[in-house]
Amino acid sequence: MNIIVCVKRVPDSETRIKISEDGVSIDPAGVKFVLNPYDEFAIEEALVLKERAGAGTVAVMTLGGEEAKETLRTALAMGADTAVLLKGAPSPDGLGTAEKLADAISGREYDLILFGKQGIDDDNLQVPAMVAELLGLPCATVVVDLQIDGERVRAKREVEGGHEVAEFDLPGVISAQKGLNEPRYASLKGIMMAKKKPLEEVEVGDAAARVEIKELMPPAERAVGEILGEGPAAVPELVRRLREEAKAL
Amino acid sequence: MSVIVFAEQREGALRQTALEAVTAGRVITDGLGGELTAVLLGPPGVRDQAAELGRYGADRVVVASSDAFAGYAPEGMTDALVKVIEEGSPKAVVFSASAMGKDLSPRVAARLKAGLATDVTEISVEGGQVQAIRPVYAGKAFARIGFTAEPALLSVRPKAYPPIEEPREARVEELSIGLDPARQRMRVRRVEGESAERPDVAEADIVVSGGRGMQGPENWTLLEDLVDALGPSAALGASRAVVDAGWRPHSEQVGQTGKVVSPQVYFAIGISGAIQHQAGMRTAKCIVAVNRDAEAPIFKLATYGIVGDVFEILPRLTEEIRAARSED
Ligand SMILES: Cc1cc2nc3c(=O)[nH]c(=O)nc-3n(C[C@H](O)[C@H](O)[C@H](O)COP(=O)(O)OP(=O)(O)OC[C@H]3O[C@@H](n4cnc5c(N)ncnc54)[C@H](O)[C@@H]3O)c2cc1C
Ligand SMILES: Nc1ncnc2c1ncn2[C@@H]1O[C@H](COP(=O)(O)O)[C@@H](O)[C@H]1O
Repeated sequence: MNIIVCVKRVPDSETRIKISEDGVSIDPAGVKFVLNPYDEFAIEEALVLKERAGAGTVAVMTLGGEEAKETLRTALAMGADTAVLLKGAPSPDGLGTAEKLADAISGREYDLILFGKQGIDDDNLQVPAMVAELLGLPCATVVVDLQIDGERVRAKREVEGGHEVAEFDLPGVISAQKGLNEPRYASLKGIMMAKKKPLEEVEVGDAAARVEIKELMPPAERAVGEILGEGPAAVPELVRRLREEAKAL
Repeated sequence: MSVIVFAEQREGALRQTALEAVTAGRVITDGLGGELTAVLLGPPGVRDQAAELGRYGADRVVVASSDAFAGYAPEGMTDALVKVIEEGSPKAVVFSASAMGKDLSPRVAARLKAGLATDVTEISVEGGQVQAIRPVYAGKAFARIGFTAEPALLSVRPKAYPPIEEPREARVEELSIGLDPARQRMRVRRVEGESAERPDVAEADIVVSGGRGMQGPENWTLLEDLVDALGPSAALGASRAVVDAGWRPHSEQVGQTGKVVSPQVYFAIGISGAIQHQAGMRTAKCIVAVNRDAEAPIFKLATYGIVGDVFEILPRLTEEIRAARSED
């Protein structure tokens, strides 16, 4: 089974976000960048599927700058076979990025394309379904359980008040949600081997943007709250506030 | 000039998020002028729901019915929506950022070559242009977004636009769609959850979330009692620590790797308030925290806090709320 996994370099989820002087981007100074956590689920799934099939390759691909090589190396250290760096800037909306990825993917061999459900930087949740649409492939997003039997894909996704099971035949696209699997850690041997694995570079230029970030703002400060007291004795006051101030009961 | 909203239904019944999308669509339409069209894709008989969309401000409702639309049909629904949008050349198209909307909107955007803003919390029209505010970096920042391509596509965070009645007699038009069999490669089945009688945590008006401070899954009856006392629009949530421990299902997890909720009231019971948990609940209108540690970060966010032991406070809270609600 040949699998392509699209990955992104993002700020670690613990990062304190500081807005740059330009007012439309974050200040990267002191920010630790990591492989997007949801993409780890996608890589893990790809490795398991390949191991189970007993044949095939797992290729990881990213659209980004020179620094994204580090992210690809992390994926190679987990066990991916080859990596592709599409050199160019991603777009603030998903479509420009999806177009670059779909272009690069369309000339390659694949049975399955895997994504994380969401980049934890822009939180767009867009790229996977867009790539699928651009390539004319069936696609299930936010998947928590994946069964592949021959050509047949059964993907379970969480929806409000239950779940959905999507069925289709390969080739297709899946985006991974937490719960799909437990991503492995890169072993020391994996990290050593990653340095020798092929990493292809292609200049693709910057992705087209259909949205423009006009301003980046810190979250609105919440009105200063109040500790109403200690223990059960404070409960009547809480209930009164909920009714009279918050008008919530 | 016009605006189109996708009105989500399930098994022929409108979802609350459909009315929210119409209300958000009304904001744009009122800013731009023109007409608001709701697109209703559902099983035969779904046309009966059109009047309800008019009640919340749709001037026109385009209905396409097919047995294939009883559940979610990503391919057929994308085709039908693209058809309506291409015929109407709207300035903006509004979805709900529900499970369905978040899956469908990028497909439509890719077909239209349009820009999409996901999970929008605020919409405005400035100088004839649609602008959206949306959280990025898990809510640690908010971006004000403008669109450089038309139409502007937006998915609106559930609960951000509570439905407002703007009654009008909506014109109803049937759209006949020949579903292209070659495009129907996916079959999607829905499986009901165990607690179908409660709203999903992402869509509830009131959320009661428990954390590691609850000490174990056997103590969740205390939280269930509180949810019951709060009425049918309340739902249970959980922190990741609790989900990872296997005490609660992932579908209840609130936070960066769980669901994002914006209820009227959010109860954080025995939850410390880690930054990744905050990412999922900081846009709640009112936050109540119960924690025995007065220094817990959740108190910095909470509208109202009580310091103390959850096991002493919960029974009293449930009792007082039950009493307060029975007075009304
Ligand atoms: C990439 C990443 C993603 C994450 N995503 C999420 C996410 O989506 N959602 C999420 O919630 N977390 C997430 N986390 C985890 C997060 O960092 C915290 O570990 C988690 O939220 C802690 O859960 P908690 O508050 O229940 O537990 P704790 O932090 O252990 O807090 C328990 C609290 O209960 C209080 N307490 C204990 N006993 C009692 C008692 N008897 N009475 C009253 N109070 C009591 C304690 O004072 C304490 O404040 C993520 C972490 C990472 C790294
Ligand atoms: N620049 C990029 N390069 C490669 N893959 C990406 C890129 N941006 C997003 N993706 C993939 O698309 C998924 C969803 O991202 P997003 O739509 O940006 O939330 C991510 O988890 C990645 O798998």
